[in-house]
Amino acid sequence: MSAILELEGVSRNFGGLKAIDNLSFVVNEREILGLIGPNGAGKSTLFNLINGVFPPDRGRIRFRGVDITGEPPYRIAKHGLARAHQIVQPLEQMTVLENCTVGACFGRESLSRARASEVAREAAVFVGLEDRLEVAAAHLNIAGKKRLELARSLAAQASLLLLDEVLAGLNPTEVDYMIGVIRRIRERGIAILMIEHLMQAIMSLSDRVVVLNSGQKLAEGAPAEVANNPLVIEAYLGDPELAKEFRGEAR
Amino acid sequence: MSTPLLEVSALTAGYGEVQVLWDISLKATAGELTTIVGANGAGKTTTLKAVLGSIAPWGGRVVFAGEDVTRLPAHAKAARGLVLVPEGRQLFAAMTVEENLEMGAYSKRAARTFTQHFDHVLTLFPRLAERRRQKAGTLSGGEQQMLAIGRGLMSDPQILIIDELSLGLAPVVVQQLFGTLTGLKKEGLTILLVEQNVHLAFAVSDHAYVVAEGRIFTEGRPAELAARPEIRRAYLGL
Repeated sequence: MSAILELEGVSRNFGGLKAIDNLSFVVNEREILGLIGPNGAGKSTLFNLINGVFPPDRGRIRFRGVDITGEPPYRIAKHGLARAHQIVQPLEQMTVLENCTVGACFGRESLSRARASEVAREAAVFVGLEDRLEVAAAHLNIAGKKRLELARSLAAQASLLLLDEVLAGLNPTEVDYMIGVIRRIRERGIAILMIEHLMQAIMSLSDRVVVLNSGQKLAEGAPAEVANNPLVIEAYLGDPELAKEFRGEAR
Repeated sequence: MSTPLLEVSALTAGYGEVQVLWDISLKATAGELTTIVGANGAGKTTTLKAVLGSIAPWGGRVVFAGEDVTRLPAHAKAARGLVLVPEGRQLFAAMTVEENLEMGAYSKRAARTFTQHFDHVLTLFPRLAERRRQKAGTLSGGEQQMLAIGRGLMSDPQILIIDELSLGLAPVVVQQLFGTLTGLKKEGLTILLVEQNVHLAFAVSDHAYVVAEGRIFTEGRPAELAARPEIRRAYLGL
């Protein structure tokens, strides 16, 4: 297995806050890597560093062997790294197909308009929007918008997708459907780095999990391994010492 | 078992078209301390908002002291003694400690018990007594949380609902506030607490609910709950 994305000592501060602190890990080809951690752990910040929304203060980010550290998002998209955002912002007045075409035009390849439209159609069909191709994005419900966000990133023909909470806000039926879509994306040979708060979903989807806490890597490994790690449990359930002290005082 | 003071049944709610709560049912028994724990985004604060009326429930029932209050506006619930100490304190920063406490006694019912509660709060929190004329915005985090609880007590609560007591506070202050809480319980106050530190929540509560993904994942006496693997599953999915 070879690495598609490598992070080496990546750090980013905001004022006095170490949002990401000396973080290193890799995403392998064809892998689903789950990124979990309590709120404020730095997960979305990390995505912003990877796809170039802002540069890291220190450290290197390599994608398919190429150093992409500090490159702007449009250049990173050209390398074949696409992102589905947590807060979906489709081009409201454009149709589903047109939205996906935009994704195709600014993705890995410089496609002709006609070819981009073909790729876009295929991406939209892949996420199950085939009967809404000509619907304006504004008229989709949340589940539809979430699917469109995924389709836009797929249309970019990326070899690595960053998925930021694509299951958030969906009902259980829609969650199950989306899980199926994510599995099929991976079957096409695309690697996935995903952030998700639905823990059962991300733990069952991921091959490996990286746990972030206060910008640092707290643990890394297979889902079952990570879920049994005492440090991880403490990060989620809170410091047990506080309760021990309290029980001591109460007596 | 005594009848619950607050009984929530099959509560559903959300924001816009996104459903967040799925059939939340819980009870707070008079004189007990009940806690709700759960990971970030599990729906704890949304549950409190729907119970208190700051968002409208989509379905389900909220019964308080035998009365169906589901559709009552938040201020009407506060006037009946359903009192919230909100997450992040939400004090009136430019007002003094004393003025913040006065604001807590805004309702007609609470105004009648003003003196009694005012003295009680200053006895509970001598720090607030020392800082009566100081602006709330200049207090330390711990003092602000004391003031938020104090303001809640000024509302003459039948049930005091606290959203995140320990969040962002130093361990020594957390110990003190939890001590105050158990003291209030001993005086007979009914408390519903949302708390991020599961161990602390379990150490002080009579009954606990674990929320995950907008549902009650499990519930019970904390001593029994703590031993169960469901807790980890609620937070970590495995």
